[in-house]
Amino acid sequence: MIGGLFIYNHKGEVLISRVYLSYSDSAAVHYGLPRPGLFSWRNAVDAFRVNVIHARQQVRSPVTNIARTSFFHVKRSNIWLAAVTKQNVNAAMVFEFLYKMCDVMTAYFGKISEENIKNNFVLIYELLDEILDFGYPQNSETGALKTFITQQGIKSQTKEEQSQITSQVTGQIGWRREGIKYRRNELFLDVLESVNLLMSPQGQVLSAHVSGRVVMKSYLSGMPECKFGMNDKIVIDKQGKGGTADDAGKSGKQSIAIDDCTFHQCVRLSKFDSERSISFIPPDGEYELMRYRTTKDIILPFRVIPLVREVGRTKLEVKVVIKSNFKPSLLAQKIEVRIPTPLNTSGVQVICMKGKAKYKASENAIVWKIKRMAGMKESQISAEIELLPTNDKKKWARPPISMNFEVPFAPSGLKVRYLKVFEPKLNYSDHDVIKWVRYIGRSGIYETRC
Amino acid sequence: GNLSIILNYFFAGEIFELKAELNSDKKEKKKEAVKKVIASMTVGKDVSALFPDVVNCMQTDNLELKKLVYLYLMNYAKSQPDMAIMAVNTFVKDCEDPNPLIRALAVRTMGCIRVDKITEYLCEPLRKCLKDEDPYVRKTAAVCVAKLHDINAQLVEDQGFLDTLKDLISDSNPMVVANAVAALSEIAESHPNSNLLDLNPQTINKLLTALNECTEWGQIFILDCLANYTPRDDRESQSICERVTPRLSHANSAVVLSAVKVLMKFMEMLPKDLDYYGTLLKKLAPPLVTLLSAEPELQYVALRNINLIVQKRPEILKHEMKVFFVKYNDPIYVKLEKLDIMIRLASQANIAQVLAELKEYATEVDVDFVRKAVRAIGRCAIKVEQSAERCVSTLLDLIQTKVNYVVQEAIVVIKDIFRKYPNKYESVIATLCENLDSLDEPEARAAMIWIVGEYAERIDNADELLESFLEGFHDESTQVQLQLLTAIVKLFLKKPTETQELVQQVLSLATQDSDNPDLRDRGYIYWRLLSTDPVAAKEVVLAEKPLISEETDLIEPTLLDELICHIGSLASVYHKPPSAFVEGSRGVQHKRLPPRSGSPEGAHSGGAAIPEAVPAVIPSQGDLLGDLLNLDLGPPTTGVAPAPTSAMQMGAMDLLGGGLDSLVGGAALNCNCQTLGWYFLPHLQVWLLAMKAKGLEIAGTFSRRGGVIHMELSLTNKAMSVMTDFAIQFNRNSFGLAPAGPLQVLTPLSPNQTTEVSLPLSTVGPVMKMEPLNNLQVAVKNNIDVFYFSCLYPISILFVEDGKMERQVFLATWKDIPNENEAQFHIKDCHLNSDAASSKLQSSNIFTIAKRTVDNQDMLYQSIKLTNGIWVLAELRLQAGNSNYTVSGVLERERYRF
Repeated sequence: MIGGLFIYNHKGEVLISRVYLSYSDSAAVHYGLPRPGLFSWRNAVDAFRVNVIHARQQVRSPVTNIARTSFFHVKRSNIWLAAVTKQNVNAAMVFEFLYKMCDVMTAYFGKISEENIKNNFVLIYELLDEILDFGYPQNSETGALKTFITQQGIKSQTKEEQSQITSQVTGQIGWRREGIKYRRNELFLDVLESVNLLMSPQGQVLSAHVSGRVVMKSYLSGMPECKFGMNDKIVIDKQGKGGTADDAGKSGKQSIAIDDCTFHQCVRLSKFDSERSISFIPPDGEYELMRYRTTKDIILPFRVIPLVREVGRTKLEVKVVIKSNFKPSLLAQKIEVRIPTPLNTSGVQVICMKGKAKYKASENAIVWKIKRMAGMKESQISAEIELLPTNDKKKWARPPISMNFEVPFAPSGLKVRYLKVFEPKLNYSDHDVIKWVRYIGRSGIYETRC
Repeated sequence: GNLSIILNYFFAGEIFELKAELNSDKKEKKKEAVKKVIASMTVGKDVSALFPDVVNCMQTDNLELKKLVYLYLMNYAKSQPDMAIMAVNTFVKDCEDPNPLIRALAVRTMGCIRVDKITEYLCEPLRKCLKDEDPYVRKTAAVCVAKLHDINAQLVEDQGFLDTLKDLISDSNPMVVANAVAALSEIAESHPNSNLLDLNPQTINKLLTALNECTEWGQIFILDCLANYTPRDDRESQSICERVTPRLSHANSAVVLSAVKVLMKFMEMLPKDLDYYGTLLKKLAPPLVTLLSAEPELQYVALRNINLIVQKRPEILKHEMKVFFVKYNDPIYVKLEKLDIMIRLASQANIAQVLAELKEYATEVDVDFVRKAVRAIGRCAIKVEQSAERCVSTLLDLIQTKVNYVVQEAIVVIKDIFRKYPNKYESVIATLCENLDSLDEPEARAAMIWIVGEYAERIDNADELLESFLEGFHDESTQVQLQLLTAIVKLFLKKPTETQELVQQVLSLATQDSDNPDLRDRGYIYWRLLSTDPVAAKEVVLAEKPLISEETDLIEPTLLDELICHIGSLASVYHKPPSAFVEGSRGVQHKRLPPRSGSPEGAHSGGAAIPEAVPAVIPSQGDLLGDLLNLDLGPPTTGVAPAPTSAMQMGAMDLLGGGLDSLVGGAALNCNCQTLGWYFLPHLQVWLLAMKAKGLEIAGTFSRRGGVIHMELSLTNKAMSVMTDFAIQFNRNSFGLAPAGPLQVLTPLSPNQTTEVSLPLSTVGPVMKMEPLNNLQVAVKNNIDVFYFSCLYPISILFVEDGKMERQVFLATWKDIPNENEAQFHIKDCHLNSDAASSKLQSSNIFTIAKRTVDNQDMLYQSIKLTNGIWVLAELRLQAGNSNYTVSGVLERERYRF
């Protein structure tokens, strides 16, 4: 498995190091086989610094093999996390673990920065000891970890508390502890979608998909059994068969086709597989219940119509129209259109009908910002770009025009139909739970070629 | 220098202060001191001098302080082994602490203290913890066994920890099960044929149950372990698949990929006409696409795997082209991988979109990416004929951009397009010629020269163009020189009158002024051809060229199959088998896909045929008989028979039901035709390549002579130095084969020398079931190193000479053996009569006990006895005048221990 784990700063200095395997291969010795070549962790640590952190060129792969040793790395701001191995490990698992480790650290002390890591190194070692044993990832749910790894020092626990901790960490419901109590049982559901688009200059959709997440914040007492329902086409169609033809027709329109979805580990996957029902006992507090992807019948909140004209060798004329395409009563926010400019731009003049536009030389782009915009409206920007004459034969690559925005609906059309809560042991019913739902659609990579 | 002396001085002061603080009475002060020690340790300062003081802090009921001390111990115990013993008592005590968190902490840390002296003291505490009442302690103890195994494998074996670990697979707590599986897999990896993970339907069922209940990581361990199992038949395979598919919806990408691995592997066994097979195929696409919305590093891992899956089963993702379109902000490693998959998925249905995309990419910034995009356009042209014209015009557009590396790349691919579609696009040659001067890369220059030579008759100034290259002939790379030589000879053959001088010039440059042997030889060949027989020269040089293949960069099918078994792992990222990047005893085993059952295609699936080297793992003694009889009876030239597949068609694998198959294992007496093939046509197989064994090449085969099995070896020294001190050892194997004496290589083996050795083998060595059953793993040592290889021996070497059963016994036994132990199958195209067959079989110790003739049908009753006492009885039916044989075989077990 993972033979060693290291955290480096941007200079390549090691902030945290934990080694699990010596790679002396005692088994080889035992079976009368020769030891493989000498291996030294010190050399391995240096090799990563020299070949990856200090490498001149852009990183060409997140997995690097140096002298028969494999290095997996992820980077968070200027901190490098590297997992090292000499075996044929499960590569996907190593990366998932590195991300998880970042999540756990963030949950404990906020941003992953050199300062925070230095200030919390004892905690990090303690966490690492718990979540990675001999290079094998163990329970890494922050909810569970926080019950027994605290920064305040451990209060002496009673025997019951101790066994509760161990049974939670190893239990089937490792993400939730028993005995949670709230005076007010409340839950919040956020449907967060990012809508992605690649459009040709002529307005043809080259690719579009929505990747969505259902994030749940639950403040529920006991061990509540939850059931989540949405306007999933497969479920609605199934129900439609039982109802009248009219019903099916009506609901059929409102249902959406989900290409694929993945769930938090609390969801009973076999039940979803057989009945397509989403049932679970939720973790306490905030977590991501599910992710999904849709590609059919997506509402594209904005349309970008670009027009770029080259006037001679030293001038470009750019005109961009954006059209909002949703109910007039709704408001989009934080709208930003980014129009790339050539590297040899010497000056830009911009006129826009709405919002503010600025040429940002350091980013090689004109950035046009609009605070709010209602549905079924349009707005326009035009710019004249002066160019310096160059000898460079290579034409400007014309990066696509990208857009950012936020809209108060789900571009996929997803609707939450219900979230039922059952807690048979405690005396509160589904009706007593206060439930909130919110939809937010954001731009993912929303690009129009020009 | 001075500075370091001063720094050391201060550091010495710091150590002194810490020492005082560590011995303080106040708990808080102690803890702060240990924290400081750990801080110094982390930044690489040597604080080992504080060892006794830190260890003194170990006896505390403060868990946090204890953890810090343990952390210190793990770091320094190895450098201070004598002092580390001081810690032993505390460990032993802590392992009995009433708090399970402390017990687990102690057992977890113990295993990380790599001091031989200590390990023995830790066995008792570990044994207790493995049976602890608290699952948290048990799951930690399970991993500790793997740790201990890494330090002292012998100790772990002697103490019986492996058995305890196996018992934990049945633990009531899913996480304990998962960690036990992880530990066993880790240990199994470092001694491959230990058969530690003895997977059978019962354990598989336990694993599948735990799969639903354990953490995401535990699910990964279990799925990776499941992937090593070979189901007994398609029904079992399907039922496992059904229980694994829900994992495809897990949020953790590694769980998804490991599930995909299990499904891709087990799917191999499902008949293609089964409804479920189609359902499964459909279920695989969405989760694979979803992986592409993960973080970039995981996307990369996913894409490398999808690349394999697309080659193995193109149908899964054929409609998903769009998701592989490159995004402007993708990291370059994601872009390059996506491009690769786009080309693989390109088809007539989506080619327009693909081309539009590729054209965009060709204007991007990253040089590697742009080159790959241009090359991809060329590959599309070759792959999808209908698109060729558009591809060519796109390439011409790109050439117009005059971006140097784009032009060069375009010319290289256009050369291939010319070859694929002769006499179609030559009109563009003029445009290409305009760019002659800008080509500075050898591959592009060579491609351009090839074009000029090939179409010399259409290019008016071909001679001038080629002459211009000739000026700097000696500065060109070999590739260009060779191409230029050939091109000018072609030109001469096409336009002999004007180019005589030119051809003489190039021939003399190549033959007289060059010291490159390839170039010189090619020059001489042309020269002689031209001077002796110009007609022949024309036939040779202007010969019609074979078609070029549509697909390039395809992974060789056996490797692809192996990599499919490694989905999700590093091997799948590198596209290399583990043995290529893992050292030592780990990773020697090659994994293989199971053969399809019930389907007439047998082991062949998809478009890519799996070569016959893939062993059939389905139990069926019929295979064995079929192979033997068929190969032996058939004419020697047609040595390979379709017997295994036909046997499977009949569902013969069920015949070993009951107690037998669990004893004989999944691979009962099964071996494949190839292995037998080379026994009967005993040529040597190369078992160990010189490049993998520091110059030692080993080839060999097996034989049975005078009742003794021999391993015939041919050792060749391809290194520069003399080899001596040869020795050989076998790993435990199914039939207990072991060298009966030392490996006799009498004289030292000098470079380039080969020696033949015949090594007699006994069958009294240690027994362990292997997969396939006839697998033998060998270690050969010489003065340089130790090398490992494995080879397959023909089962027939195990047939003993006294295998002729008494008639009466035969009759009684034949009746006694239950019907379900019987297998039947047919052999086609065997042109021997019963007597000839009988005598031929007898030479392989297959004895005819009786012969009957009924209705023009000869029936031979035969017996075989294996070295380990197993009897195989067979009935061979020959229809006169018909070349098809029918064989019924039964298996009688006397004693067979595994």
